[in-house]
Amino acid sequence: MDAKEKMPPVEEAVEEKIPKKRSYFGEIWHRLKKNPVAMVCLVFLCVLILAVVFANFIAPYDYAEADLSLRFALPSAEHIMGCDEQGRDLFSRLLYGGRYSLMVALIAVAIGIVFGMVVGALCGFFGGGLDSVLMRLMDVIMAIPGLMLAICVSVALGSGVVNTALAIAVGTIPIIARQLRGSTLLIRSQEYIEAAQSFGEGYFRIIMRHVIPNTLAPIIVQASLYLGGSIMAIAGLSFLGLGVQPPTPEWGNILNTGLDYIYQFSTRWHVIVFPAMFIILTMLAFNLLGDGLRDAMDPRMRK
Amino acid sequence: MEHLLEAKELSKYYTTPNGPLHAVEQVSFTVDEKTTLGVVGESGCGKSTLGRVLVGLLDATGGDFFFEGENVTHPDKKKRKELRRKMQIIFQDPYSSLDPRMCVSDLIAEPLKALKLARGAELEKQVQELMDTVGLARRFAYSYPHELDGGRRQRIGIARALSVNPRFIVCDEPVSALDVSIQAQVLNLLKELQIEKGLTYVFITHNLSVVKHISHDILVMYCGCMVEKCPSKELFAQPLHPYTKGLLAAIPIPSLHVKKPDIVLSGEVTSPVNPKPGCRFAARCPYVSDLCKQEMPKPQELAPGHFVACHHAKEINSL
Repeated sequence: MDAKEKMPPVEEAVEEKIPKKRSYFGEIWHRLKKNPVAMVCLVFLCVLILAVVFANFIAPYDYAEADLSLRFALPSAEHIMGCDEQGRDLFSRLLYGGRYSLMVALIAVAIGIVFGMVVGALCGFFGGGLDSVLMRLMDVIMAIPGLMLAICVSVALGSGVVNTALAIAVGTIPIIARQLRGSTLLIRSQEYIEAAQSFGEGYFRIIMRHVIPNTLAPIIVQASLYLGGSIMAIAGLSFLGLGVQPPTPEWGNILNTGLDYIYQFSTRWHVIVFPAMFIILTMLAFNLLGDGLRDAMDPRMRK
Repeated sequence: MEHLLEAKELSKYYTTPNGPLHAVEQVSFTVDEKTTLGVVGESGCGKSTLGRVLVGLLDATGGDFFFEGENVTHPDKKKRKELRRKMQIIFQDPYSSLDPRMCVSDLIAEPLKALKLARGAELEKQVQELMDTVGLARRFAYSYPHELDGGRRQRIGIARALSVNPRFIVCDEPVSALDVSIQAQVLNLLKELQIEKGLTYVFITHNLSVVKHISHDILVMYCGCMVEKCPSKELFAQPLHPYTKGLLAAIPIPSLHVKKPDIVLSGEVTSPVNPKPGCRFAARCPYVSDLCKQEMPKPQELAPGHFVACHHAKEINSL
């Protein structure tokens, strides 16, 4: 029997149009570009990060410059977001504050995800004794309340950007690890892992090329949520004197101070609304971007 | 004559909380070069386990396995790597055996990259050649598995197995997840490749008509044990083991006037966990005797090339 005859004729007849090959990240970018919401968020975040990095050029006033005659001044042409309880320009403080908040939050999430992923992937993939030991350790960490853990770590390590980030990240590691362990167990039983083994691929290569990419989607969404949580956690640490020290501004710190005046909301609303707006918009933007990124990384979502 | 492949009392036990599960029990067979050995049996009889032991995805518990005359039951790392280039496996499910996040050309390139057989432009050229070989249009090179139908996906699986230029391929139910019309395409492709490249197959399936179509020899398994092995034609013409008889009688014939032999196997497959001594088929066999319950029958050659593992094969078939 001639097999060629039995093949669908379309395979030969259609003139071969070979689409261009894109790199892995090129492909993701190509798909992300088609998502307007994600693109708006990306632009917003870029502007925000640039504004924060170049705060010393953009901010109209110094963040520590107080003028008690301007206490709780409402937004005006000179002070577009008004002034705080010491008469400092709120807009300038928020810009400078973003430096610390964003940097620490990003580093904290990065640390949490990288370590969580390593632990989760190893446990899920190899199982056995390693799994038991590491996961029990994770359980121990999870049993300690997040803020308490962060306080302990930052007392032990001292302040500073990386140390504070580490203090906040420690609490997220077990959550990410648990989640990734679950998805790794699922991927591990798929035949394509066995197929990769039959080609002699090593464990490291299998984890990096097959396991991680296929478990990344929920992690990305999770990461964007943690980012907001981290900003608030930093505020908590600062409040206890473990984060940054006044007068250095920081978003959570500014919001916390503002919340003291919530009973005078009608006249002093700006000290609450503006810092909250910065935090919420940042969280929202990261979240929507994360959503878009998750879709863009999944070839099955390709239209 | 030298056989390409020879298994001697090959066994594979899994550990379970209730005791060892005898997935493959002392299976012996030989496969000559450029022929196909069909392995049939019902679900859970150990066919896939046998295939995975052959390509080294699972470690044999007992017995020996020879490839090209060399004992490769427990090869060292270097030998294993060498064997990966000579033996490959095509998986049953073309949906779960392909990473959904890789495009067709990356999937086909995967084994070549993993075994460091080609890179750069050479790699691309080889991938394109492989796509031509298995009849995948080049315009699919950057498609993803979910965009293709089952037949094309299985062609990817075949291309992956072929990429390292193996001598021997285990086909683990390569067509059972496909539509009947596509099954024929894929089977014919496999047959063609066998002639073209001189491949040797172990073809695992539960579909008797498929196995008839493609195999030179057939090995029938029941509950981990080999019950019968003989040339393909002979099996269908003259099955000697009571289980094979029942199996063949169960093939539906699309005709009103053909009177089928009236053999219906009753009962359930015995559990392969901690099995009782004796023939595994004893509980369902119409010809069962006390001997069957005490001693496991060894395969005996009743006709040239026709092995049957049954104490009473001679009487039943009045040989």
